[in-house]
Amino acid sequence: MTSGSLTHLQSLEAESIEILREVAASFERPVMMYSIGKDSSVLLHLARKAFFPSKIPFPLLHVNTTWKFREMIAFRDAMAEKHGFDLISHTNPEGLANGINPFDHGSSRFTDIMKTQALRQALDAGRYDAAIGGARRDEEKSRAKERIFSHRNASHAWDPKNQRPELWRVFNTRLNPGESMRVFPISNWTELDVWTYIYSEGIELPSLYYAKSRPVVDRQGTLIMVDDERFRLEPGEQPRQEVVRFRTLGDYPLTGAIRSDAATLPGIIMEMQASRTSEREGRLIDSDSVGSMEKKKQEGYF
Amino acid sequence: MSLAALTPDTDIALWLNQQTEKSLLRFLTCGSVDDGKSTLIGRLLYDSQLILDDQLASLKKESHNRTVGDEGIDFSLLVDGLTAEREQGITIDVAYRFFSTDKRKFIVADTPGHEQYTRNMATGASNAELALVLIDARKGVLTQTRRHSFILSLIGVKHVVLVVNKIDLVDYDEAIFDRIVAEYRAFAEPLGFSTLAAVPVSALRGDNILAKSGRTPWFDGVPLVPYLETIQVAEDRTLGKMRFPVQWVNRPNLDFRGFSGTVASGVVKVGDEVLIASSRRPAVVKSIVTMDGELSQAVAGQAVTLVLDREVDISRGDMLTHAGETPEFSNQFQARVVWMSEEPAYPGRSYLLKLGTQLVPATITDLKFRTNVNTLEQTAATKVDLNEVATVTIATDKPIAFDAYTSNALTGGFILVDRISNATLGAGRIDFGLRRAQNLTYQNFDVNRDVRSQMKGQQAKIVWFTGLSGSGKSSIANLLEKRLTAEGRHAYILDGDNVRHGLNKDLGFTEAARVENIRRVAEVARLMADAGLIVLVSFISPFEKERRLAREIAGDIDFVEVYVDTPLEVCESRDPKGLYKRARAGEIKNFTGIDSPFEPPTTPELVLHGAENEPAVLAEHLHGWLKI
Repeated sequence: MTSGSLTHLQSLEAESIEILREVAASFERPVMMYSIGKDSSVLLHLARKAFFPSKIPFPLLHVNTTWKFREMIAFRDAMAEKHGFDLISHTNPEGLANGINPFDHGSSRFTDIMKTQALRQALDAGRYDAAIGGARRDEEKSRAKERIFSHRNASHAWDPKNQRPELWRVFNTRLNPGESMRVFPISNWTELDVWTYIYSEGIELPSLYYAKSRPVVDRQGTLIMVDDERFRLEPGEQPRQEVVRFRTLGDYPLTGAIRSDAATLPGIIMEMQASRTSEREGRLIDSDSVGSMEKKKQEGYF
Repeated sequence: MSLAALTPDTDIALWLNQQTEKSLLRFLTCGSVDDGKSTLIGRLLYDSQLILDDQLASLKKESHNRTVGDEGIDFSLLVDGLTAEREQGITIDVAYRFFSTDKRKFIVADTPGHEQYTRNMATGASNAELALVLIDARKGVLTQTRRHSFILSLIGVKHVVLVVNKIDLVDYDEAIFDRIVAEYRAFAEPLGFSTLAAVPVSALRGDNILAKSGRTPWFDGVPLVPYLETIQVAEDRTLGKMRFPVQWVNRPNLDFRGFSGTVASGVVKVGDEVLIASSRRPAVVKSIVTMDGELSQAVAGQAVTLVLDREVDISRGDMLTHAGETPEFSNQFQARVVWMSEEPAYPGRSYLLKLGTQLVPATITDLKFRTNVNTLEQTAATKVDLNEVATVTIATDKPIAFDAYTSNALTGGFILVDRISNATLGAGRIDFGLRRAQNLTYQNFDVNRDVRSQMKGQQAKIVWFTGLSGSGKSSIANLLEKRLTAEGRHAYILDGDNVRHGLNKDLGFTEAARVENIRRVAEVARLMADAGLIVLVSFISPFEKERRLAREIAGDIDFVEVYVDTPLEVCESRDPKGLYKRARAGEIKNFTGIDSPFEPPTTPELVLHGAENEPAVLAEHLHGWLKI
């Protein structure tokens, strides 16, 4: 519901803060997913606002596949230091021991083991009853139907036919033993809302979002940055320097860069407004098959 | 302002301001199966140029073998997100969509038309300011149209646009449009919508969506999008009475104690005297804290942290308000509920009720009637089934703060949750409180209970005797009062039977009447104790819930629950009033111990065994225990 005197962004901010406080007040062991991207950065900022002057009353969890951009990890640690939040980093130990990587095992198997299974391990180990994520309803079709408080059964699965109706701002946060809740405080934000909020609040982001000369290779039309020596070059392939930036951040071998000159936030916002390609296109994991995101969600992917 | 004309950094502030100054309209689409809701929303997204190149490409591929418009696209594919729905060809859940034009931002709730999912429509309506009611021009007004329109009015959606879709399939016939609109207006008249417009459209072909269609020259209204861009729907919630539900107590260290929450309505300013709705204790707002600095005031919709000038007992679920405009604070109210579960609602069953940040056990005490959503007729009922609407009275285990839903949806709307499965079973809107004392503010007087008790040389308290009829409650209370009076104390006995002859003679023996009976007696006991008396209440009070209610009403007054535990056979053999005999003969129904249960207290302050000792001995023992 809107209020006559608040701007659109102020209303969205207040709604998100209310949701974050509801989590802190209603659950015994909440945790906030921290993926270091722009949506996570907005979420972190909102959580600091929600509980000020208290510190964020729950830990932040980063599922580290070990294939993130190096800068993301440095940025993550700097943020934890600066804002004094409790950071938990988890990597699937079996995946690590078996050397699971995106080159030998393919994007879907790698994602399943190092992301989906790793997330379940971390949630089980922490006995977290609520996990806060930065998903938005405008991102993808199956997410448009996601609840703000999304119920998961004891095996972290999402049953689209068994979701609780959400009326007004009254959220049913009750759980039976073993069940958990995924909570999405920025459900009602659009990508443009996220960027304009980052701009107006001066929120820090990893520099990967800004255009810069970076070493890339072209893989079937997708520009992949060669971030470290583990990258497998094809025979005769040579990384070349191109001025690129990233619209989403993830595992560097699976994240496509775009050619861009936008080296400032206003430049990014304007470029985004003029662009005609949806955000998730840069993520290789979604284009596998129709309904792939829904399938991943039912399996427990965020 | 066109983007091409802008240069980064210099003009971006202007452009961003233009973005943030846009107003927001939340609306929902509803109607029957196959009315074309998803196609309409897909059309709105497409026409507002929100469909990106890669989505368009995959869409054209997926549109193969489907009904498509001139653009070669099945627009419903844009919004039917779940694989299951695509297979069944129906929308089964609420989907939220976002688009904007130069004038407004829109959040659209696409709600299902399939009958079993009506609960989702109520969900979508609860956060919407306007509704598009879709009708298939070939089919006209259907049962679902009526049902959904009734739910819209129940949930309080004030603005409706009747979208007569598929007008192309009836050859753009004006007479058909006029007939449908007339039929709908006649039905919707008693539903009291503030505005009701009608538009003939073809979502598939784009008629009367962005601009007037040349194929409906007879239509003299405004096309859909221009209408949505300009209609005024915003109610200014800052004008309402101030309501601040405390969501989270903010306590980073011993020096700071703040109360975090979102202002539900009105304005709260630094320096305001506020009252805590439950205790009616006053405090003054010392500061309004946010991470962006302290504010001088916070308005409806803002999420802030209030710091008060004194130590007061406030926790999550409390509500802060201004004196003189306090909400109702009661444990009983009349409400209308929409039932959303396969498991029907029955009077007497216990649920959890959540209203704002308050969560309490609650019981439907009376099912007044069910409203037929097709005819709006009211009929008697013994239960409420899935997708039905009923008018009920609800009793909560402890009093809660609320407003009538018509004056504030955020403090008058609630959900009911199953105590075992934790599923959300239903949603309700409060019509009015059943304890009509809402406008009274407690006056704090200088002569208080302590002063009055000291004058009498005693400590005021309530001694609550519970036990079967004939267990010896009244005899013990009588002896105790005699003893206290002999010592110069001031005591008074409230007897269940005697109160029924006067104060409560208007009450019967239904569950709601029983709760009210207990409530009144507990309130009188509280007043007498507040006057400094030692109050002895002799009351069968067979249910744990009722005794808990009495204890809650007593508040900070010393409350002693004495269980006079006498076996049923002994009580029945005594039968001082001949009631057991009559109950056995079937002359009295619902008699405790015979055909109505007695729930033994689990944690009484004292147990007296009525079969083992004479009342005089027990009274003596109690007297010693009370140390009066």
